Amino acid sequence: MEDNSTDNAAKGPERAAGEIRAGTYVFQLYVSGITPKSLQAIENIKALCEEHLRGRYELQIIDVYRNPEQTRDARIVAAPTLIKQLPAPLRRFVGNLADKEHILFKLDLIPHDSSSELP
Amino acid sequence: MNDTEGNKHDASNQLSKSPTGILGFDEITNGGLPQGRPTLVCGSAGSGKTLFAMEFLVRGAIEYNEPGVFISFEETEEELKQNVSSLGFHLEDLVARQKLFMDYVSIEPSDIEETGEFDLDGLFIRIGDAIDTVGAKRVVLDTLEALFAGLPNPTILRAEIRRLFRYLKSKGVTAVVTAEQGKGSLTHHGFEEYVSDCVVQLDNRVHEQTAIRRLRVVKYRGSRHGTNEYPFLIEQDGISVLPITSMGLDYEAPSEQIPSGVPRLDAMLGGGFYRGGSVLVSGTAGTGKTSIAAHFADVTCRRGERCLYFAFEESRKQIMRNMRSIGVDLAQWEQKGLLRFHNVRPSAYVLEMHLVMMHKLIKEFRPGVVVIDPISNLLTIGNPPEVKSVLTRLIDFMKMDGITALFASLLAGDRIDDTAIGVSSLMDTWIMLRDIETNGERNRGLYILKSRGTVHSNQVREFLLTSSGIELLDVYTGADGVMTGALRAAQEAKEMAQALEREQEVQRMQRELARERKALEAKISLLRSEFEGREDSLKRAIAQAESREDALAKGRMEIARLRKADEPTPPTQEL
Repeated sequence: MEDNSTDNAAKGPERAAGEIRAGTYVFQLYVSGITPKSLQAIENIKALCEEHLRGRYELQIIDVYRNPEQTRDARIVAAPTLIKQLPAPLRRFVGNLADKEHILFKLDLIPHDSSSELP
Repeated sequence: MNDTEGNKHDASNQLSKSPTGILGFDEITNGGLPQGRPTLVCGSAGSGKTLFAMEFLVRGAIEYNEPGVFISFEETEEELKQNVSSLGFHLEDLVARQKLFMDYVSIEPSDIEETGEFDLDGLFIRIGDAIDTVGAKRVVLDTLEALFAGLPNPTILRAEIRRLFRYLKSKGVTAVVTAEQGKGSLTHHGFEEYVSDCVVQLDNRVHEQTAIRRLRVVKYRGSRHGTNEYPFLIEQDGISVLPITSMGLDYEAPSEQIPSGVPRLDAMLGGGFYRGGSVLVSGTAGTGKTSIAAHFADVTCRRGERCLYFAFEESRKQIMRNMRSIGVDLAQWEQKGLLRFHNVRPSAYVLEMHLVMMHKLIKEFRPGVVVIDPISNLLTIGNPPEVKSVLTRLIDFMKMDGITALFASLLAGDRIDDTAIGVSSLMDTWIMLRDIETNGERNRGLYILKSRGTVHSNQVREFLLTSSGIELLDVYTGADGVMTGALRAAQEAKEMAQALEREQEVQRMQRELARERKALEAKISLLRSEFEGREDSLKRAIAQAESREDALAKGRMEIARLRKADEPTPPTQEL
């Protein structure tokens, strides 16, 4: 939780052995098939991660049409839903992730009263 | 021809229905909920929505072999299982047998952020997967409000819920969607606008510190349905709606008649009570209602059948003691386990609980005969329509099980009051016990007010309680009306005296006639003797008169001879 800052060196996502280094953001994006909303969401989160979390994020995209049982496991109601598993606390973002400001703020990637994007 | 075609058209257009299996509900709706369509069940908190929905699924799974899906937005699976296990639903088992699929959809508003346009595809897929997993025909969503509480953007939600109803329809499942009651509208979020097929409203009102549950079918497109508010109960085995009338129920109607315990009464009834019938015995205080009930209980047990006796007024011991005094030994049947008393004060429970209690005991004991003594006491705890609806429900239940029921009812006066009239329409046989009070003496009279399906006597019988039980006697009917008791005896004595008097009168007249004849005859003989006397003297007088003439003639001849007078010669012929 304390490691929200950007002091860690940027590395590509590590998927081995499920070991996640401190400071890595772990996301799951649940979409329902290839819909405009799904595509927008995928695009938006990818852009955001590349921009702000390059090298220290993991993003998994799950199509609930093909894995319907996952809706229960991950408690999915709305689509698209982005779940931030790590760092804690767990957060859910519903929608096509167009509101970048809001997401960044909720991910603690921008200070509370700053409205400008980080470089 | 046009007519037949029209009918055919109607029949093909007839909505197919999914029976809920909820007691009474399918009757109100003529068969259940619209098949393959969503139904909205709305009501305030605690009105029984979840239970209604759950029973619809459980009955569907058990009785109609239609697996179901329960999507809960409020209670976890564990909570649900616990909550309904008290109603005898064992969800665990149904889940294990793939008859039921439960999914708790928790939406925590605290960890959800809206980031743009979204839909409820996640929920749709989740529901769809659950349906496919068990091959569900029935789906419950309980309750939709939770979506509004948990998710942002009501505008999107409204559109999505509208889509959800369409989705459920496209899946061909019969769905029950529950929703909270709104202020001034059926549901808080106006879901009723989205559901065009069927809307059911549940209500839980408190009336004089007693909760009364009611159910109403607000809307049912394409189907006839009862529009009343129907009281319903949540009992040990689920919901039961009380259909207000007992009409239209498909009872067995056994033709077997069973004895009432009073042979003369059986004769009046043309053989006894019908098995499975309901009998009302009403009368003022002390007219012998309990005695009739005890005889009926006695003869039932003697036959080896069980009898359940609900006593709302007297204690079990009191009844047994009193009945012993008229020669009915109920204790023996209790010892043999054929008779069971259930003593309870009417005020001990609310009306609904009485029904629940009776229902439960009847199911446990499985009696052939049930006595309720008296039903009038239930009036003290409910208003007449409530009592009637409870009784209707009870009678229906007993009829379906072929149980013969005898209800004693206390009348306040000679007048048959409204309650008795209301209740009597539910009864097959109505026996009235009456006080007949004349000349400072009170006697009991019995007559049959009605008896469906039997040729019954229309005569009043005098009703005697003797040390060897009830006796029914013919009453004296004459010019002065019905007479009973000492009056009847007096009347009989009077008649006898009158007969004797008449006989004596005849004898007296005959004697008088003889006497008169004698007197007349005496008169005649007197007259005759008088006449005879007169005749005698007259004859003597005649004789005297004759002899005097003779003497005179002799005298004249003597004088002539003395005067030498010529012999009177015949006169000579002169020329």
